[in-house]
Amino acid sequence: MNNIKGYVSRWRVAFAAIVACLAVVLIPQSSTAEYADVVINNYADAAGMRPAVFPHWYHRIRFRCKVCHADLGFKFKAGGNKITMAKIIDGQFCGACHNGEISWSVENCGMCHSGIPGTPTSIHGSTIQRLVAPTYKSLPSDTKK
Amino acid sequence: MKRISYAIYCALFCFGIMSMSQLWAAEEGASKKSMELKQVKGEEGKVSTANVFNRLLKKDKARNLPPPEDGVHDADNEGTHVLQPPLIAYEGLPKTDFGNYVDWVQALQKGYLNPRYDRVDPTVEPLVMDLDIVREVKASVPDVVFPHKPHTQWLHCSNCHPAIFIPQKNANQINMSAILLGQKCGVCHGKVSFPITTLSCKKCHSKPKPDNWKPPLSSASVKNPWR
Ligand code: HEC
Ligand code: HEC
Ligand code: HEC
Ligand code: HEC
Ligand code: HEC
Ligand code: HEC
Repeated sequence: MNNIKGYVSRWRVAFAAIVACLAVVLIPQSSTAEYADVVINNYADAAGMRPAVFPHWYHRIRFRCKVCHADLGFKFKAGGNKITMAKIIDGQFCGACHNGEISWSVENCGMCHSGIPGTPTSIHGSTIQRLVAPTYKSLPSDTKK
Repeated sequence: MKRISYAIYCALFCFGIMSMSQLWAAEEGASKKSMELKQVKGEEGKVSTANVFNRLLKKDKARNLPPPEDGVHDADNEGTHVLQPPLIAYEGLPKTDFGNYVDWVQALQKGYLNPRYDRVDPTVEPLVMDLDIVREVKASVPDVVFPHKPHTQWLHCSNCHPAIFIPQKNANQINMSAILLGQKCGVCHGKVSFPITTLSCKKCHSKPKPDNWKPPLSSASVKNPWR
């Protein structure tokens, strides 16, 4: 009798697990984030923090691209700057401004670490993300000029 | 011991059912559509339910959503609710039909915005250069005009030269595939500056072809004996 019970519930578990997995995979993950919002998640998840979200629209109203991408040395690559809190409190990257002088200071963790846990590093609304097929690759002969 | 494991099994099962119902809720819209289709009967029988109207097109349900609703910010994080919703900031700015739906070039040139060119000193003026580079396009679309002016209003020469473009006319090989892959103009366009969509082609492809311009015939067509 006991044996049968164990047998049945194991099947139930298997079934429940399959259904759960399917649901997680199939529920459409719609993201309609503002164009050019960057989620930075090289390390945050692993350290138990929500990923950082950087809003380009908000900053470009206040600063030209040159300030960050030339003067402060942010490379044009989401996640490509290996930003850490150690660098930030030394005045690099976000810390060049989020220091209580130019903008609010770094103890406001939740203002930056506001992403949904598990969101990978990416830039939102990009043309590539919105394509319905992989990017067109040109023919090898298409090299003139 | 057995009871505990049984409880765990039950919990897992419940979770499964819960996710399942969520799944049903999410798929409801889709299944409604296919229900309608199933009822469409021809003289010979049913039509495939694969024939939904848009198989691939996804339209934005809403534009410029506030952070707690945008699918990237976590609404459970209290800081998220302190963030500014974009639409409040965009009020009064010139509009476009793509990207942030804001015409950033006009916003700057008409003086609606004056973002700093220096981190601390708001009086530093940008180093602007007014030089248009025309690039003839081999296809029928209008030729590309690259205007240095709006670029140097936002960016520094070193943002493009020499890493992205050699500063010499026609020294760079550019095509649409590279742009869509995020190279050349696509380093910025399609990510932060305006995206590449049917509505934005003519921002870059802005110089009409001469009246007598005809697209070159492909060699397969020229050689075709039945032509
Ligand atoms: C100005 C924005 C900003 C603020 C404020 C901020 N962070 Fe970060 N933090 C970042 C960014 C950007 C990263 C890099 C994220 C990544 O790559 O995963 C990061 C990374 C981290 C990491 C993982 C990397 C590391 O350095 O170990 C931890 C942990 C972290 N932050 C904790 C905090 C805590 C705690 C606070 C509040 C005291 C805080 N952060 C405030 C922007 C911020
Ligand atoms: C306040 C600082 C700041 C300003 C101003 C700014 N950016 Fe950025 N930009 C960033 C940060 C931060 C990242 C993400 C870097 C990372 O994840 O390491 C980024 C990333 C990018 C990327 C890389 C996207 C990708 O996925 O490859 C591009 C392109 C870019 N910015 C263009 C621009 C342009 C164009 C402007 C001006 C309209 C601009 N940025 C203004 C801070 C800024
Ligand atoms: C060039 C200076 C500068 C840099 C670099 C910078 N910020 Fe900011 N940021 C600002 C200023 C100024 C504000 C507005 C502060 C205020 O309202 O007091 C701001 C505001 C914000 C906000 C709040 C937006 C809102 O809705 O109120 C977030 C989030 C933010 N920054 C994240 C970041 C992150 C993450 C980084 C690094 C990847 C970063 N910032 C780098 C200057 C900067
Ligand atoms: C957004 C990127 C970008 C920025 C910023 C930029 N340029 Fe250019 N520049 C280009 C492109 C694209 C070309 C055309 C290259 C080609 O046709 O292959 C070009 C061409 C040139 C040329 C060659 C013109 C010719 O007739 O041969 C010079 C000189 C030049 N740039 C100088 C500058 C200077 C000075 C600045 C800063 C004030 C600057 N550029 C900023 C993208 C840029
Ligand atoms: C380093 C980043 C960067 C690169 C590379 C770049 N652009 Fe831009 N471009 C911008 C920014 C920033 C603007 C301002 C408008 C915006 O952000 O949408 C802009 C605006 C423009 C405009 C003006 C649109 C208007 O409304 O008047 C044109 C045209 C344009 N770009 C064409 C090009 C072409 C063609 C190339 C490649 C040869 C190119 N850009 C490469 C950043 C870039
Ligand atoms: C950011 C500016 C930009 C935008 C936006 C843009 N193009 Fe282009 N396009 C270019 C440049 C630069 C070239 C290369 C011109 C050359 O050969 O020098 C090009 C080339 C082309 C070509 C010639 C074939 C090739 O790959 O070289 C076609 C066709 C074309 N574009 C179509 C389009 C269409 C359709 C759109 C809108 C969906 C579009 N373009 C949007 C900049 C742009």
